[in-house]
Amino acid sequence: MANTSKDRHLSEKVLKNIFKIAASVSILAIFAILVFLLYFASPVFSLKGLQEVFSWHWQPFQGEYGILPVIVGSICLSVLATVIAFPIGISVSAFIYNLAPGLLARIVNAVIHFMTSIPTIVYAFVSAMVLPSLIRDFFKYGSGFSLLAATIMLVILILPTIVLLINATWIGYRKSISLTCAALGIIPEQEVFGVVLPISRKNLKIAFVLGFARAAGDTMIALMLTGNAPQVPHTVLDSIRALTAHIALVVAVDSTSAAYHSVFACGLILLLTTALMSIGVGYLNQRQDKGVDIA
Amino acid sequence: MKRNIFFMLVIFGLILIVSSCAGASVDKPDKKTQNSTSNESGADKILEQTGLEQFAGLEGTIDIAGGTAHITVMEKAAERIMKANSKIKITITGGGSGVGVQKVGEELVQIGNTGRSLSDEEIEKYGLKSFPFCVDGVTACVHPDNSVSELTSKQLQDIFAGIITNWKDVGGNDASINLYGRDEASGTRSTFWKKALNKGDVAEKVNIVASNGAMRTSVSNDPNAIGYVGIGHLDSTIKSIILDGVEPSQEKAKTGEYPVTRFLFMNTKGEPDGLVKAFIDYIQSDYCHDIIESCGYIPL
Repeated sequence: MANTSKDRHLSEKVLKNIFKIAASVSILAIFAILVFLLYFASPVFSLKGLQEVFSWHWQPFQGEYGILPVIVGSICLSVLATVIAFPIGISVSAFIYNLAPGLLARIVNAVIHFMTSIPTIVYAFVSAMVLPSLIRDFFKYGSGFSLLAATIMLVILILPTIVLLINATWIGYRKSISLTCAALGIIPEQEVFGVVLPISRKNLKIAFVLGFARAAGDTMIALMLTGNAPQVPHTVLDSIRALTAHIALVVAVDSTSAAYHSVFACGLILLLTTALMSIGVGYLNQRQDKGVDIA
Repeated sequence: MKRNIFFMLVIFGLILIVSSCAGASVDKPDKKTQNSTSNESGADKILEQTGLEQFAGLEGTIDIAGGTAHITVMEKAAERIMKANSKIKITITGGGSGVGVQKVGEELVQIGNTGRSLSDEEIEKYGLKSFPFCVDGVTACVHPDNSVSELTSKQLQDIFAGIITNWKDVGGNDASINLYGRDEASGTRSTFWKKALNKGDVAEKVNIVASNGAMRTSVSNDPNAIGYVGIGHLDSTIKSIILDGVEPSQEKAKTGEYPVTRFLFMNTKGEPDGLVKAFIDYIQSDYCHDIIESCGYIPL
């Protein structure tokens, strides 16, 4: 008896250490990436370099390497996509939660699960064949490769992420809340929007932030649908260039050129954005733990 | 429990669909290779006729990366060489001219292809040596339904600079011009910019696509598009533009009558030897002219 408990103790210790090593390796890897990015981007961090990179024109053949239009394009794209996808995500979640008849809810749920596993290149490739020409014919403006086309596909891309995150929280509440609500004579619509939605406010924020991070980080949809013109968009029908697509397009240039260094500045901005987002989520989580507890 | 079974069924169904698709797509090339090997079984004959004898007794691997315009030529040549001598293995990947320079410079590949001559910095940094093997023309292209088929260089420059924005200003329909261009690493772009646009301004609203193939797809889908491709990539889905009265063709590119041309290069780090030298010699030799011509380029 004593022997087996000792064994268990040992195996626990070994496992614990394995996990510890795994965790530290991944943390080290992230730090290494950050350090290398900083190192490679270092030519940018001089007054002249900063002026060059943080300006409004990207004309590498004329010696202008400004990435501000690209940053603006990225922000427009990811904010627009998240702002549109989020309410749709809540509606779909409510539908799955208790508004749909059982079988339909399960089908929708299964489809949403499946959607998370579709590689973005598939979305991008198929929609690049269809969407721009539809937009061009409908609006009679521009090439159709536009902020709008990319936004539509990004909404479809991040919707499952948002729905799954919201649903995971709501399912947890369901057991304790449904019976109470039924007993109080509350109808399903009121249960979702009047009870479940308000108490899961903080998880909604997390879903929003992760959806945004996914939208900001996606490359293929931005690359294949925005048209990649490095300009500040005036309407959703204008072409834009996102940070991720910019890296993909420029990384193949002459590695001694100044254009190449701007790639690392873009990478740094993306990494820092994602890092800040994650810290933000962590902070929200913490507050969540101290916050409302329903039981 | 019910839910789990349902999920498993859905996933199982998807796996079936995916695997049947994959199976179908794998089948075809199999048959093709079988056919072609049975057709060209006389390997001795090929050895005699096509300059492949220099590969006899050699073995090893050549890795090639870089310019996307080169790939078809490299692949066809590699196929011949590997068929003649099974001990030689040649791998070919793309990535663009910039990638070609970087990879050969860092010795990740033995040959890095570029669709432009190397910059002085690149030669100095890596100690590269260039081997041109063919000429390619670059032409402006539009949708086949576009009534405009001729432009002057001035008009072309104004169109890409965003000064002329409507097709009616150059004799076409009343429709706005949609500009398409290539990424900064593209040899096609730098050739077009230097020799067709005379290093003029290029509008920031130009839509950027990442390869000659993507350019063809984009222009063939957009009736108001104008872009540019290597002449070797022209087909019936797009229409080339007669520039200053000269129709772009590989023959006129060869004589110099059509000026927007470039060389395609192979680059090595230092002086090549052994298998790599044999490969470069073969590509540059007369024996490869039929391959280069069949890919739409002009041998040197």
